[in-house]
Amino acid sequence: MRDVAVVSYAQSATRRDETRNEVEMLLPVVAEAIKPTGLTTHDIGFTVSGSTDYLAGQAFAFVSALDAIGPWPPIQESHVEMDGAWALYEAWVRLQHGDIDTALVYAFGKSSPGDVGRVLSLQLDPYLVAPLWPDAVSLAALQARALLDSGISEKDLARVVARSRRNAVGNPHAQLSGAVDEASLLDEPMYADPLRKHDCPPISDGAAVVVLAAGDKARELCERPAWIRGIDHRIDVQSLGSRDLTTSASTRLAGQKAGVGDVDIAELHAPFSHQELIVADALGLDDSRTTINPSGGALASNPVMVAGLVRIGEAAKRISAGEGDRAVAHATSGPALQQNLVCVLEGDS
Amino acid sequence: MSEPVTGIVTPIRLDYRYTPGTSPSKFLRGMKEGRILGQRCASCSKVYVPPRGSCPMCGSAFSEEVEVADTGTLVTFAIVNVNFANRVIDLPYVSGEVLFDGSDTTSMVLVQGASVDEVRMGMRVKAHWVPKEQWDFTFANIDYVEPTGEPDAEYDDFKEFV
Repeated sequence: MRDVAVVSYAQSATRRDETRNEVEMLLPVVAEAIKPTGLTTHDIGFTVSGSTDYLAGQAFAFVSALDAIGPWPPIQESHVEMDGAWALYEAWVRLQHGDIDTALVYAFGKSSPGDVGRVLSLQLDPYLVAPLWPDAVSLAALQARALLDSGISEKDLARVVARSRRNAVGNPHAQLSGAVDEASLLDEPMYADPLRKHDCPPISDGAAVVVLAAGDKARELCERPAWIRGIDHRIDVQSLGSRDLTTSASTRLAGQKAGVGDVDIAELHAPFSHQELIVADALGLDDSRTTINPSGGALASNPVMVAGLVRIGEAAKRISAGEGDRAVAHATSGPALQQNLVCVLEGDS
Repeated sequence: MSEPVTGIVTPIRLDYRYTPGTSPSKFLRGMKEGRILGQRCASCSKVYVPPRGSCPMCGSAFSEEVEVADTGTLVTFAIVNVNFANRVIDLPYVSGEVLFDGSDTTSMVLVQGASVDEVRMGMRVKAHWVPKEQWDFTFANIDYVEPTGEPDAEYDDFKEFV
């Protein structure tokens, strides 16, 4: 395998009701990510994006978003109807071909214009489940109930939320942050029983960009590249009734294939508080050894189609800054953690 | 054997609050005032109408606002002989791509005021606006374009847009 590293990362502030369009949201983020590399978008060997047109209801938004890159003269580019973490996976595969040395990955999503809970229903089984319009929060609540029935307590969920808010204080891109008292969280009313509002992610619009480079090119572009030591993605069966919702078999398998092992930092894409517990367990993480979601995670800011790529970017940023030597980033897609990607990153010692 | 199920109906409806963005909003506000506003790329000087925020050719952010004329050149067109829903225009009619003077992008507009056999590439046209009291934040304020009677534009002047 060819060594590939994250050499630069940038993300927009996330907010509800962003008034800029996708191109306007992406432009400054592309510029910020590419600047430290000294490259231009036309020096990049491969460009790939992750987004879905259903979010903002604009057909072919993924095509017009290329305006932010300037694809003339023609560039090599691709798109996945997935979180940008999967676009990064495609870029990593593309770099394995060996004929190019750099790739730019971008992701964007505006959840505000539509009803994101209903939009996400359209990814369900179209015959038996989607016609019932189960919204994303209700499906997550079913999973949370199963987890609570298996012995996890509401206090455990509150602990996840309090840590997220606390860590997000240091993240200028987060929407929700601050010191919150675990006990008072439990006094809040139910939103989708057993989930309280703070157990659910905010509605976020945002964009993120990662620049990848291979081998010596990565060393040339970045003082301390965050090398991708393992990357894998797996999917659980589509029928929710056929899964044990209290665990994540696909995360566990992807983690084994990627070789998670002992890590200093973990950025986990868990839009709902209970999902962080499931993912951490599936990856064998212990929060007394590993700093989990130092950015605050998806509970602090959850731009749909972007938040998974942000996990990889945040983990890589901390490796490059020397805050740790080995990190794991996780991204999820689909209802109740259906599909999961795990990426292991390392800095040179 | 019971009859196989060959189809089901599953109603799908999603509602959106569309936000066009900063640059397209300027264009739509211009429309409300009866003006056609574009933006110029600082890098390649092309003027885009409507602007979306950056130059789709070179990816540079726009810097300069430009008002373009409501006169232009018909660069290409189609004669429509098939009706479709909610269209209340007599067949056949002409749908054209118009390069408004000062713009580097064409706009699709209805062509009226000339019989279909008179319409030609290079024909000079002018926008016909709906009555001022009906102006809104929409390109539909331009009802159609009609011939100005000026001599046709030279092919070389618009061949890039055909």
